[in-house]
Amino acid sequence: MLLSRRSKVLMRIGVGLTLAFIYIPLSIIFVYAFSTSRTLTWPPPGLTTEWFGKALDNPGARDAFLTSLQAGVAATAIALLLGTLAAMAVSRYRFFGRETISFLVILPIALPGIVTGVALNTTFTQVLGVELSLFTIVVGHATFCIVVVFNNVAARLRRLSTSFEEASADLGAGPLQTFRMVTLPNMRGALVAGALLAFGLSFDEIIVTTFTAGAGDQTLPIWIFTNFSRPNQLPIVNVVAVIVILLSVVPVYLAYRLTRDEGTVGPATTAA
Amino acid sequence: MGRRLADLFHGRPRLQVGSLLAGPVGWLVIGYLGSLAVLLVASFWTLGELSGEVQQDFTLDNYEQIITEPVYRSIAGRTVLIAALVTLTDILLALPLAFYMAKVATPRVRGMLVVAVLMPLWSAYLVKVYAWRAILSQDGALNWVLQPFGVEGPGYGNVAVWIVMSYIWLPYMVIPIYAGLDRLPNSLLSASEDLGARPGHTFRRVILPLIFPAIVAGSIFTFSLTLGDYIAPQLVSSTQFIGSVVYANITNNLPLAAAFATVPIMIMVVYLLIARRLGAFEHV
Repeated sequence: MLLSRRSKVLMRIGVGLTLAFIYIPLSIIFVYAFSTSRTLTWPPPGLTTEWFGKALDNPGARDAFLTSLQAGVAATAIALLLGTLAAMAVSRYRFFGRETISFLVILPIALPGIVTGVALNTTFTQVLGVELSLFTIVVGHATFCIVVVFNNVAARLRRLSTSFEEASADLGAGPLQTFRMVTLPNMRGALVAGALLAFGLSFDEIIVTTFTAGAGDQTLPIWIFTNFSRPNQLPIVNVVAVIVILLSVVPVYLAYRLTRDEGTVGPATTAA
Repeated sequence: MGRRLADLFHGRPRLQVGSLLAGPVGWLVIGYLGSLAVLLVASFWTLGELSGEVQQDFTLDNYEQIITEPVYRSIAGRTVLIAALVTLTDILLALPLAFYMAKVATPRVRGMLVVAVLMPLWSAYLVKVYAWRAILSQDGALNWVLQPFGVEGPGYGNVAVWIVMSYIWLPYMVIPIYAGLDRLPNSLLSASEDLGARPGHTFRRVILPLIFPAIVAGSIFTFSLTLGDYIAPQLVSSTQFIGSVVYANITNNLPLAAAFATVPIMIMVVYLLIARRLGAFEHV
């Protein structure tokens, strides 16, 4: 479509403003992390790096970081397994209810987090009699992380022609050997991307986590949330916030680099 | 062992599908849908009058309370209204950005813009709410910018919730619309132009109908995620939303919390059914 020069300029301004709207709030947190003030007054009276050292020494923040790391890694491992299995079934076989699978997989992130949280909380505490713990956090996170692995792997398998697998079978390889030597190497990028995104999703989740965490379990987002109400912790909260941003942005960037031809990085994009 | 296993699966596609699906479907159907069923059942439970403990007897009291007490109705109404406003705002912000990305930008700029939109999509929900809490506070950045003009920012309240939610869920709208526009052949736009349509006309009569399912797909996220949020309302307003009521009751009155949590479920089930009819699932 040929757009007039004026509408192109207008559109560029609009895009610039929208990007500013997206990035200014995030940058403000970066500035606050270096502020000499203990309050959120703008502009900060001076800049310092002392809070970074203090944050790294803060035992609460460190424990929370480790808890988040454990929860993220465990949830990612489960999501990787379940998401890949589901994606292989959907993209390599025809069966009754095939369309329902992608709906089922997306449901845990399409429903509000609070619904998933309360449902799991009620099931654990009232029906199963399980104490809330790191384990229950992992169950919750894995549930909503399956979708990102599923989307990435399904997209890759759809592009990978079945003729490779057929050729492998014709040459005498069994299904497991074909999987190991043909299918798996071809979907390695999608698996890594799915895992990175699942980890990113798990690492900063707070709503489902709040309802599935035991009294003693603090993930990093929960730690930040509880420390909002402690004014003297504010500078450390700012630093931790910056670390959380970086730790969730880096995996996304890497995942994008790995799968940029397939356009499946967003949770809202599948493999249509 | 591997050989014998392979023989077992050979030529039995049903067995193959079955064993692939057993794990994921078991997890999601038994674990997840099962939990949702438990939630539904728990919404009919009650609290012991003296003990205050959850009692697993059937009662409609929780629903009666939600329906008859005006405060709950106004909370539900306010939440749905904010969710609708957020969705509308995000559609309006996302359309030009997505259009620019898909149809105007050079491939290099497009790649950069996709990354620019995607990275904050995943980055720390809580930190983003926190950033806005700082910006909107009395001596925050917004008032500092507006002060020379003698204007004051909205401060904390419903407007703040609307801004913050629109901000947080915006990338969820941009991505499906971008994907929808990307799939739209440029030849259709040229054809419309050759037939004499102005850009605005092409947009309304050609582009919009074709990317409508993608917009609906994005709106599932903006609408649903706003509907259940309680963190943003708690940090930038003092108003109650559906999520706040559920959160406040989870420890002391689980049945009531469960009953109120079914409100967003019902709304989203209807929403998803409509979205499905509109063809949104090919775009989610």
